[in-house]
Amino acid sequence: MTLLHGRARTWAGFAGAAVLLFALAPLALTDFRLGLLAKYLCTAMVAVGICLAWGRGGLLTLGQGLFFGLGGYAMAMHLKIADAGPGNLPDFMQLYGTATELPWWWRPFANPAFALAATVLLPMAVAALLGSFIFRRRVKGAYFAILSQALAAAFAIWLIGQQATTGGTNGLTDIQGFFGYDLDDPVNQRTVYFVIAAALLLLIALARQLIHSRYGELLVAVRDSEERVRFLGYDPAKVKLVAYVVAAGMAGLAGALFVPAVGIISPAMIGIVPSIEFVIGAAVGGRASLVGAVLGAIGVAWAKTALSEEFPAAWTYFQGLLFIVALAFLPGGLASLGGVLRRRRDRQRKAAVVAVGEAA
Amino acid sequence: MSEPAGLEIHQLRVSFDGFTAVDGVDLDVRPGDLRFLIGPNGAGKTTLVDAVTGLVKAEGSVRFGGAELLGRSVHRIARSGIGRTFQTATVFEELTVLQNLDIAAGAGRSVWTMLRRRNDVPEPVARALETIGLTKLAGSPAGTLAHGQKQWLEIGMLLVQDVRLLLLDEPVAGMSHDERQATGELLERISAERTVVVIEHDMDFMRSFARSVSVLHAGRLLSEGTVAEVQADPKVQEVYLGHAAAETVTGVAVQEA
Ligand SMILES: Nc1ncnc2c1ncn2[C@@H]1O[C@H](COP(=O)(O)OP(=O)(O)OP(=O)(O)O)[C@@H](O)[C@H]1O
Ligand SMILES: [Mg+2]
Repeated sequence: MTLLHGRARTWAGFAGAAVLLFALAPLALTDFRLGLLAKYLCTAMVAVGICLAWGRGGLLTLGQGLFFGLGGYAMAMHLKIADAGPGNLPDFMQLYGTATELPWWWRPFANPAFALAATVLLPMAVAALLGSFIFRRRVKGAYFAILSQALAAAFAIWLIGQQATTGGTNGLTDIQGFFGYDLDDPVNQRTVYFVIAAALLLLIALARQLIHSRYGELLVAVRDSEERVRFLGYDPAKVKLVAYVVAAGMAGLAGALFVPAVGIISPAMIGIVPSIEFVIGAAVGGRASLVGAVLGAIGVAWAKTALSEEFPAAWTYFQGLLFIVALAFLPGGLASLGGVLRRRRDRQRKAAVVAVGEAA
Repeated sequence: MSEPAGLEIHQLRVSFDGFTAVDGVDLDVRPGDLRFLIGPNGAGKTTLVDAVTGLVKAEGSVRFGGAELLGRSVHRIARSGIGRTFQTATVFEELTVLQNLDIAAGAGRSVWTMLRRRNDVPEPVARALETIGLTKLAGSPAGTLAHGQKQWLEIGMLLVQDVRLLLLDEPVAGMSHDERQATGELLERISAERTVVVIEHDMDFMRSFARSVSVLHAGRLLSEGTVAEVQADPKVQEVYLGHAAAETVTGVAVQEA
């Protein structure tokens, strides 16, 4: 009975989200606003992974920019090669002028199938490699957070250093086409938006399945007491690795779809600050709840656009404050607000009943 | 169910930075025994269990069902059929009783099973719920259970894990008299099919339920035998007389300090 009820509610939720994303938003928003929403939805895709790894698995992934960047650059490299046309070098390489032909590690990305697969599989492979090392060494808590952050920073710094082949600080800019479609055409921009919206719903469905599976329960158990899980005969390192790798794949896909939506990927979008921003949205909305994390990510990304235009300096502080307030006073984020209030009300009611009972 | 297996410990030694917590202990627990491991605070009881379960490095030999355990990782040892509880109950507080048991039952599950929902209550889990008397609370978060119920849940988790050897670290600490009685009877039932080792301070409890007793003191094995034999051992009396809980072994039960 409750199961049916839960299922029905889930379907209703997905249907509602689909109507909102596919019908209402394109009708109500200008092309410009819709483009911004596409960008926010990419952030939300990262948040889905963070919800899984951090909210459920307790892994404070402060370095998702690394995987977002890997996916983004994989996509952008292909699009730059395609923009340049057969036989030509991408524009920035001609500009910096040292290379006469495509570097060897760029070449496979000329193949669209390879590039598309790489946007997801490359971040996952890197996460698997890093994760198996990190978790087997039992690096946990704040150490894990700092390490993941350092990795994102290192990647950004490396990109900046390789100007001739990565575009350096500028990144890969001015991307024109998307698998044969001109990105300047608003119709095609819309299509990109639809692809992103569909991808987000798909990731949410995937994460939901994982969270409600036996694996999802085990993941929470690992978060609760890793040692105990080990004594039950599981290897917690593997359990955490799965969540970490899946979250990385989601961030990679988000990065890949971010590129056609925005037309650029650069180190500034994947370093320390953006990595923290990915987490803030999930924290504010509620890291353990998919809906909370997704809405939080969209909300914070929207607030950033709205507020940072007018108060660019204040935004950074405000954002930091938001993070701290959420973690300190509402660890479950806004998603837990209902439950917290309900419990408080119940407690007050109980206290009132007791008081009445004592008075009588 | 698989046969209970025995535990053979030979010259076990555990040191922490020069301090030897377990100092050459020999212990032979036969299959199906209900062995009590007693000794004053700091005797090395918990450390011995830590060594057997792979939590601390140890020298010597620990054989279980004939296979050497020392040097294996914690989860491998667990999979060979050894389960333990801790001095402070550790259940997964945010999961329900049912989820706790289901996870304990599932270390051998396939990836495919792991990725799907749990649609029913697995048979062994239902049986364990019955055994530990928590069927009615199956849907409650483990964090809301009373202290004694958490201990039972932990024991239930070992049952569904289908371990052949249970190592229980002070399972009745903090329980009421009735709860102790219920736990003791539970352990007797369990030891019909499995080997059970219980670390305990409560001498009353030991007298009522122990089939054999080993006394540990300052990292060494002091005495071993039936309850009566151990109680009659002058060495044991001496250790406990010099200790705060003077009458515990020979006389009335004294609660752990
Ligand atoms: N990780 C550790 N590092 C250093 N010393 C330790 C460690 N663990 C235990 N000890 C020491 O080893 C000795 C034995 O401890 P252990 O916990 O095994 O005693 P116990 O018999 O279980 O006592 P209790 O009845 O109080 O639980 C104690 O002196 C303790 O301080
Ligand atoms: Mg102890």
